[in-house]
Parts: sequence; structure tokens; C-alpha cells
Amino acid sequence: MDEARVARRGLSPRLWLAGGWLLLALLAAIFAPLVAPQDPLAQDLMLERLPPFWLDGAEPGYWLGTDSLGRDLLSRLIFGGRIAFIVAFAAATSACVIGSALGLVAGYFGGWADRIISRIVDVWMAFPPVLFAILLVAVLGTGLSSVILAIAIIDWTRFCRVIRAEAMGQARMDYVESARIAGYGRIGIMLREVLPNVLPSVVALLSLEMGIAVIVEAILSFVNLSISTDDPTWGSIIAEGRLSIHQAWWVLVFPLITLILTVLSFSQFGEALKARFDPVLR
Amino acid sequence: MSACLDIRHLSAVLPNGQRVLRSVSLSVQPGEVRALVGESGAGKTMIGKAVLGVLPKSVRIVEGEMLIEGEDLGRLDAKARRTLIGARTALIPQDPLTALNPSRRIGSQMTDRLVRILGWSGERADTRIRQLLDEVHIRDPERVLKCYPHELSGGMRQRVLIAAAFAAEPRLIVADEPTTALDVTVQKQILRLIAQLQRDHGTAILFVTHDLGVVAKISQRVSVLYAGKVVEEADTADLFADPKHPYTRALMAATPRYTDPLASLKPVDESVLAGLAAEIVAADQAWRASHG
Repeated sequence: MDEARVARRGLSPRLWLAGGWLLLALLAAIFAPLVAPQDPLAQDLMLERLPPFWLDGAEPGYWLGTDSLGRDLLSRLIFGGRIAFIVAFAAATSACVIGSALGLVAGYFGGWADRIISRIVDVWMAFPPVLFAILLVAVLGTGLSSVILAIAIIDWTRFCRVIRAEAMGQARMDYVESARIAGYGRIGIMLREVLPNVLPSVVALLSLEMGIAVIVEAILSFVNLSISTDDPTWGSIIAEGRLSIHQAWWVLVFPLITLILTVLSFSQFGEALKARFDPVLR
Repeated sequence: MSACLDIRHLSAVLPNGQRVLRSVSLSVQPGEVRALVGESGAGKTMIGKAVLGVLPKSVRIVEGEMLIEGEDLGRLDAKARRTLIGARTALIPQDPLTALNPSRRIGSQMTDRLVRILGWSGERADTRIRQLLDEVHIRDPERVLKCYPHELSGGMRQRVLIAAAFAAEPRLIVADEPTTALDVTVQKQILRLIAQLQRDHGTAILFVTHDLGVVAKISQRVSVLYAGKVVEEADTADLFADPKHPYTRALMAATPRYTDPLASLKPVDESVLAGLAAEIVAADQAWRASHG
């Protein structure tokens, strides 16, 4: 049994592929000034729209080609990853903490607390999320912290709904009743008996939310509402690539692939982590 | 000496006004096993939950008293009641599958209560738990304490729960159909174990069951419950020798026998139930008239 468990833990390809890509992208983003082959902002009109390395006319040192201003695409993607990861971690963690705490309280305590929190969630979810985000950033002003704040404000409801449902199920379990008989207080039971059982879901959702945050940031920078236009972000590179799709398809395609791989990895990594955190599943 | 548990004229209603407990009186003397027998839906579990203070929110107690060792639960404030119940009672639950927290190790679940609620030192709690695990014949406590609940069989989990119930030396244990969810072969062992620990520790038990065979094996006194009403109360030996109430007789007649399982497996006699139903309707009318 132990051997089987070790084998399943060690060989989960989902965990390795997803985790591997995320680690690679994260390290590249952290050490961007060291790994990026070129200055992501340096324009050189002599080098505009260079194709990626395997096509005719490629220049060494510009692996994925250049955009219409002659800026190196790979370097821009690497630097764009910095923004993507900062937003992913900060926004998803904030949304997770707010949403999970409220969901836990609503689900476990029920009654008035649940009614109030659930109504707020209902109202919140009636707003179309992307429009809500655009509106919020327009009000808060563009900038990294506004983007993070906007995503946290919009997406806490995802955590709240799921964790509320799970906590409600937990509140009916016999071990919660036994804890009440033994004399534990309500908060104590919530933290000691209920929280450990909803934690796997929290972790899975957190990872999924990081992927969503990356997408939302890309959407916001696509419509030019994220951070200043000078700094490369995946969304703004996609927006530029869209304009030159017929002359230089790679400017659109590579950031899209990067974005998709990252978002997919976050969600798969979350699922794999959930399976690993859950004592019954593992 | 006051009774370990004394329930006097306890009545409880659902939100629609229907009575689920009908003036139940029963007492458990110190060190005694009192069986509470009846069909499903008779309110056996409800009485257990009422004693332990975990009735569902929808069920409301409208009259009667519950005393644990002479202390009236109704006169205590919520906090004092929780403390009293926590210190003097314990539960052996019906379903060992859902009664242990799946994401916490057995060891921490068992010692946690002794340390956090009763204020024991970690070392003392640990020694005590090991001693109890030994008493319930768990031979490798080291491994069991490190396990998660799903890594143990149903019988093992029920042993753990029995050990946990006795660990804090409660005066009263409510055993809510503790063998129902188990394999038939394991049921007997568990029953013997509960009886053994009960004798050794001198704990009073309110033993809730639907199984007259179990009643005969473990209890000294029996209350027969039908539709939230105690229809007969007697010493176990007397009850089996000479059941007074027609429902008790019908219940015994309905118990299948190993010698002739098919022919002896029959439902409780309809005419007896009809008589009981009429009795209860009349009693409810009288009760409503006197309680507005």
C-alpha cells in the first residue's frame, strides 16, 4: 500500500508537467534581467518583424522574432511574466483569503450570517465579471495595485460559494456533533474540524484562480487598462500582435501559447495538489 | 444518591406542532445499562441527542426536565450546560465512518479533547489513550494513532470511538446504536467490548437500539419506546419473561429466530399498532387541551 502510494505520488505526470512549466516560467520571470536575451524595451527599426529562429531571415539572439518596432519577443514575454505572476499570486491570494473566510463562516454558522453573505454573493455575481473589472480599474485608475485589487474584489465570490457549500456539508457531520458534545466552542470547531476538510478545495481553487487572474490581467492590458503601456505584459503583446497578424503571426501566437500553457498549468497543478492534500484520495 | 440521568416528562415538538417526544420519563442509575428500544422513528436517538444538548434546531423542548447527577440542565445557562455535558457525558455514535474527522490523525483526535477541554497535560492524555486502546484490544497503538480514519476498518474505528468515549471517565455514555453500522461478526465483539468496559469503569450507559437481542445481552433495565412515548419500562429479565404491554409482546413476536428465520420474520401485528395509534391520538388531544 505504501509503495503504491509512493508510486502514485512520484509519477503523477500532470503534477510534473504543470509544475514544471510553472516553475520554469516563474524562474524566468524572477531572473528576467539575467535570462532575457535582449532589452525588452529596446526598439530597432532595422530589426522589425524578424521571424522566429527556424524561418528564413531570422537573426541569432532573437529566438522568437521581433515585433513591428523591432523589440525582441522572447524578452518581452519573459518580462511580461513578471507582471503575470505578481498579479496571479497577489490577486488570487487576496480573493482566496476573503472568500474562504466568508464562505466558512456562512456555511458553518448558517442562519443570519449565511443569509447576509449569500445575498451579497448573489448581487456580486450578477455583474458581468470582465465589465466589472474594466469599470473598477477605470474608477481606481490604472496600475498594478488597481489590477490586483479589482481581481480580488471580483473573484472572492468563487471561493465563497464553494467553501460555503463544503462547510455546510461538514457542519452536519457526526464528528462536528461529537466535538460539540465534548464542549468545543463554535469557532474552535470551525477551525479544527471543518477547516482542515475544506483545505484541499481551497488549494485547488487558489491555483485555478491564479490562472484566472492571469487571464483577467491579460484582458485588462489587452484593452489598455492594466499598467503603463511601456512595460510589456502578455495582454498588451497580444493586442499588438493582433494588429500585425498578417505580417508577423508570431507576435500574436507565442504570447497566446504562453498564456494558455500557464493558465492550464495552474488549473492542473491545483487539481493535482488537491488530490495530494486530501488524505482520503491519496 | 441521585440518578446518573433523570428525565422527567420530557416533551418535544416539531415546528408544525407535532409532538415527537410524548412526556418521556426515564432514569439511569449510576453504573447501570439502560436500554432504550423501539422502531426507527420512535424517537430513541432524539432522546439521546436531547440529553447531550445537540437536538436539531427545528426540534423544541416544550416541557419536562433533564437532570444529570441531580443538576437540572434547564436551569443552567448555555455555557455551564456545555461544560457539564462535556465533562460528565460521552457519545458512542452509530456510524464509525462519519464520526471521525477524515483529515486528522486518530491520535490527535483522541488526545485533543483531553488536553484542550479537560486541561490534561499532553503526556497524561497520551498515556491514558494508550491504556484505553489496550483495553479495547488494539494491539498496535503506535500504528493506529498515526493513521487517518479511512485507513482503519469499521470495527477498528468503532473500537477507537469506544476508547475515546471512556477516556475522560464520563459518568454517563449515550450509545446510539453503536453496532448497527457494523458487520454481524464484528457486532458481537463490539457489544462484548462495551459491556466489558462498562463493568470495569462503572459507567452508566443509555443504550439506544432497535435490537431486542442486544437489549437482552447488555442491559439491566429497558424502556420500550413507541412514537415518542415510553409504553413499558421493566427490568430486562422481567420484560423478556413477562412483557406487559401488547406492543412489547408484538415486538418480541416480530423478532426473527435462527431456528426458523423465514416463518418467524413477520411485521409487528397491525391491530396492536392501531390500538396504540388511537391511544396516542387521545393522549395528544388531552395534552393540547391542557397546554392551550
